[in-house]
Amino acid sequence: MKNHTTVERKSERELVVTRTFDGPARIVFEAWTQPDLFKRWWVPKSMGMSLLSCEMDVRVGGKYRLVFGQGMEFFGRYIEVTPYSRLVWTNDEGGEGGPVTTVSFQERGGKTLLVMHELYSSKEALDAAGTGAADAMGETFGQLDELLVALGASGRS
Amino acid sequence: MVQYTNAHLDASFAALSDVTRRGVLEQLGRAEASITDLAEKFNMTLTGMKKHVSVLEQAGLVSTEKVGRVRTCKIGPHRLQEATAWLEKYRQLWAARFDELDGVVEDLKQREEKFDGRKKRE
Repeated sequence: MKNHTTVERKSERELVVTRTFDGPARIVFEAWTQPDLFKRWWVPKSMGMSLLSCEMDVRVGGKYRLVFGQGMEFFGRYIEVTPYSRLVWTNDEGGEGGPVTTVSFQERGGKTLLVMHELYSSKEALDAAGTGAADAMGETFGQLDELLVALGASGRS
Repeated sequence: MVQYTNAHLDASFAALSDVTRRGVLEQLGRAEASITDLAEKFNMTLTGMKKHVSVLEQAGLVSTEKVGRVRTCKIGPHRLQEATAWLEKYRQLWAARFDELDGVVEDLKQREEKFDGRKKRE
């Protein structure tokens, strides 16, 4: 049984993702900061993409760059690095004022609670990121929409 | 996703299973209305109408806004559905990543156990 991943929109500008891992914080932290380990999980098979290169200079002010096959890349720099407990980095691929990501690792009883917090510069920036990430809406929602339209139309006639 | 969608659809269809609530949706499809307007239109008490609107609102089919002492109801929020849909997509992406990360964590744990085992034997 996999542990559950939760996502919550904490405010207009903040997203929070949480997940527990069955291992010590030191190990989970390593998987986030060593490129050869990071590459093994960041691009799940279901994404149908490949990570061409992954460079990480994990220290305050150090840069990272992830390059994908389709000419897409993510880059930024680390602004806080506290081994085994906290990582903070900027996301600069969209220009200045990109979101800031904070990942904290809290170990308890051999397990690690991971909390990833993303702070966007504005509500609009978060909305745009979200819409871009989900252009394909579930069919069931589409069907429900049609039903509502039909109800509205019958009300008007 | 399945669980989440089902919960959402259950709420939506439960809300739509009542003839008054369908009538309220049709009414709001034509124009916004206050709870008082709706109660009069459907010949109901304010309390009764508030309950119906609350069910519709929880299902995301109607949104309400209170201005002064009047609560105005309208169809929607379609945008809420989009919002929850992309949030769910985002959750799926991270769930997929983290499920892979479980494998990495497991490998590292085993590697350490072997290493510790070797050290103890030495």
